[in-house]
Amino acid sequence: MVADPKTQPEPARRRMIEILLGGGLLGSFASFIYPVLRYLVPPPVAELGGDQVTAGKIGELKPNSAKIFRFGSRPGLLIRNSDGSYRALSATCTHLGCIVQYRGDLQEIWCACHNGLYDLNGRNVSGPPPRPLEVYEVHLRGDDVVVSLKREA
Amino acid sequence: MFATLRNWIDERFNWADLTAPLRKKTVPAHDLSYWYFLGGITLFLFGIQVCTGILLLLYYRPSASEAFESVQYIMTRVQFGWLVRSIHSWAANLMIFTAFCHMFSVLFLGAYRKPRELTWITGMLLLFLAMGFGFSGYLLPWNTLAFFATKVGTEITGQVPLIGHGLKVFLRGGEDVTGATLTRFFGFHVALLPGLTTLLLLTHIALVQYFGMSVPPAVEARWKASPSEARQMKFFPNFFLRELMAWYIALGVLGALAAILPWELGAKADPFAPAPAGIRPEWYFMFMFQTLKKIPAKVWFADGDVLGILVFGVAGVIWLLLPFFDQAGGRRGRRLVLGAGIFALSYIIAMTIYAYMAK
Amino acid sequence: MHTWLNDGFLRSSILLLTIVCVCAGGVRAQAPSTCLDCHAALDPPLQVTQAQFSQDIHAQQGLTCASCHGGDPTKADMDAMSKAAGFLGKIQRKQIPELCGHCHSDGAFMRKYNPSLRTDQLTQYKTSVHGKRLLQGDTKVAVCIDCHGVHDLRPASDPRSKISPLNVAQTCSRCHSDAKYMQGYGIPTDQYANYNLSVHHEAMTVRGDLSAPTCPTCHGNHGAAPPGIDSVKNVCANCHVFQAQMYDKSTHKVAFQSAGLPGCVVCHSNHGISLPTDAKLGTGPEAVCMRCHKPGDICDQARAKMLQDLTQLDGAVKAADRILAIAESSGMEVSEARTEQDQARDSLTKARVTIHSFKTELVEQDIQAGLQIAAKTHAEGQAALAERDRRRRGLGLSLVIILAVLLGLRLYIRQIESNASKVETAELHR
Repeated sequence: MVADPKTQPEPARRRMIEILLGGGLLGSFASFIYPVLRYLVPPPVAELGGDQVTAGKIGELKPNSAKIFRFGSRPGLLIRNSDGSYRALSATCTHLGCIVQYRGDLQEIWCACHNGLYDLNGRNVSGPPPRPLEVYEVHLRGDDVVVSLKREA
Repeated sequence: MFATLRNWIDERFNWADLTAPLRKKTVPAHDLSYWYFLGGITLFLFGIQVCTGILLLLYYRPSASEAFESVQYIMTRVQFGWLVRSIHSWAANLMIFTAFCHMFSVLFLGAYRKPRELTWITGMLLLFLAMGFGFSGYLLPWNTLAFFATKVGTEITGQVPLIGHGLKVFLRGGEDVTGATLTRFFGFHVALLPGLTTLLLLTHIALVQYFGMSVPPAVEARWKASPSEARQMKFFPNFFLRELMAWYIALGVLGALAAILPWELGAKADPFAPAPAGIRPEWYFMFMFQTLKKIPAKVWFADGDVLGILVFGVAGVIWLLLPFFDQAGGRRGRRLVLGAGIFALSYIIAMTIYAYMAK
Repeated sequence: MHTWLNDGFLRSSILLLTIVCVCAGGVRAQAPSTCLDCHAALDPPLQVTQAQFSQDIHAQQGLTCASCHGGDPTKADMDAMSKAAGFLGKIQRKQIPELCGHCHSDGAFMRKYNPSLRTDQLTQYKTSVHGKRLLQGDTKVAVCIDCHGVHDLRPASDPRSKISPLNVAQTCSRCHSDAKYMQGYGIPTDQYANYNLSVHHEAMTVRGDLSAPTCPTCHGNHGAAPPGIDSVKNVCANCHVFQAQMYDKSTHKVAFQSAGLPGCVVCHSNHGISLPTDAKLGTGPEAVCMRCHKPGDICDQARAKMLQDLTQLDGAVKAADRILAIAESSGMEVSEARTEQDQARDSLTKARVTIHSFKTELVEQDIQAGLQIAAKTHAEGQAALAERDRRRRGLGLSLVIILAVLLGLRLYIRQIESNASKVETAELHR
């Protein structure tokens, strides 16, 4: 009768394999779970941008003044009229793309590049601009002045 | 600790009997056994899709005015959102690829033969559903490429004779591709298709379990000649551990793809802008797309596009019923099916390459 | 009661007949013109075809040959050209402005056709070089029909018109680029050739900007004359407001005026205005400052400072662009930074306008604003790249773990299978 050959590999080697496999499996699960857990936590900024954006806060602008805000990837012009109400338009001049500005002295929108003028409704009234500026909708929500694209009827 | 858990279960369930079939399950061990992995990998990738899909659902918004921005939000603001989204997009493509490989390997290894016809049919239906998943999911980010690809794709379905127009309106939720289409595709993608897939998948897997793994005809013949060569491998743990290795490799590949080649977002769809040059569907539709492009506008009396659609429709039905053609063909049946398989595979590969080369 | 009036067929026939009669009458209402019957078949310069004349705006408004040429259009053949009926024949060039002005300067008359048309063309023409020379007897100068055409006259809004903004420069060049024709007048004939190389011409033809300046924009159309040396700046200032304002407050205005130099034209030329580059501030062939200033004087130093500032900002913007492009091609999302880059580029444009104040501190202000933005976007680009590297490190770590699992699985499989085979062997040997 032949002596029983060792049916088990050396304990040290077995232990190493166990650690490698167990540790690896645990580690890989951790590396899957960790991103998922972080993912589940909502980010601080809930704003999507895109079709709607908070252009500023109430009281930030004085009457008859304006500011440029970012609307998605385009610049927008938020104007506070003399009577305190707000209006918002695209700030990209339809002539060659310069950023327009609000002229409180003229109560019109002016492009410094080639002296184009738009009225407060965005209509191109003087100078080279060939098309009116796009007009946006403005709503007040709590403390925020929210600008959104005009909804089609 | 595991012992206490085992005892608790043993006191309530006949665990040994319940798990006996799994413990007894064996897999034929031969040179071609590695091809058995493909089904499992496809299932694994589907599981990843479900998980990443559910995660994406937490932030995605299915309306024309918010879809693009919500995907952008996921990519830029959500912690690891880029990872989840890129994995979802890459795994989708990988899954369809492995599904095709699985189908062709089953064909070439003869695993569709009696008694496994129903397994083949459920599998083919699952492949069609997978492509439907791909088509509907592609639109969801609402970017320019997807918008126009969907337009062209649904336009083609509109050319099916008789039911074409109705089918097109059903898919689009109207005459044109609009926000209504997006909502509808979203419904298909997260509810209708998953529901159907679950049913078919359970059936498919149950059938595979019931019949066991098929042995390729060549190996079968060899083992018949010398039975001592026949070997079986235990499913648990031997085959399963090997499959686990394959799954981990797939995970590594997915992670690398997501980190090094992240999925593009593109620009938001503008329905009023003209179609950009180079509109094309995803790669798994390319061979059909290229075929339709190359068919002349009029073939005899028939409209070229309609003819192309009909040919693919008939081909799909034939493919679905392949096992029956094998049986009906008698001795030549198997060779016919092999020939059809080689032709189909070559055609698909050639047309796909052609489509990408001929820009 | 079914009378004949109720009969549908009869009713529609009568209606049709009535319509035909009215139309025929209407056609008759327009005076029949027999002139074209002969003149369409003649050779030029007597030829006027129906095809030509139908395009003419005067003809479309109901005027006929007789409206300008006199005669009796109802008569056939040569009887139409009767002196008794006021036939004038070919109108002499000297008399054309007055003939056209007979209607076009009459406000009450023009109001009946187009109330928004101006009626001061003749008055303006008399102030122009063309008008003044015509009065002195020079019939080579342009009169109304040379620019507007005569028998196929189209309004300026028609893109086929000789005076449409797209075509008017070519119309002017018919005489002004003809060296032989312009002999004796003592003015250059290269204006059109130069203009075609200019950035204004490019704006109109390549970018399709119909508001871009062409000959009449700066010279006037009816009152065409070169702007005086002192008033060139005013003409440019109509569009280039800021540059003009800066220039007005600068030292150059006084200097140029006292030297009798034509303002903007000194550095930018008049017709061949090319796109100004920063090289204008340099010392190379395009440099303008060093044409007058001496190397080393304070103006040269100011010039060098401004050029240095502009080059710095331009470089900063380009560097930020490059890093953002790398980040984008690695798959990072940088659209916000890209929008901010537009603002940095705006600063660069502004700085280039401020040059016209010739004050380095003002240019410095614009440059600093731009540098701040460019620094910010550059940092954002770097952050994007750092994030990308973090992701790759994370990927590396997870790949290491996966490799460990793969290795572990392989060894474990081998272990249990060698184990099993050893048990088998042991049993075999029992």
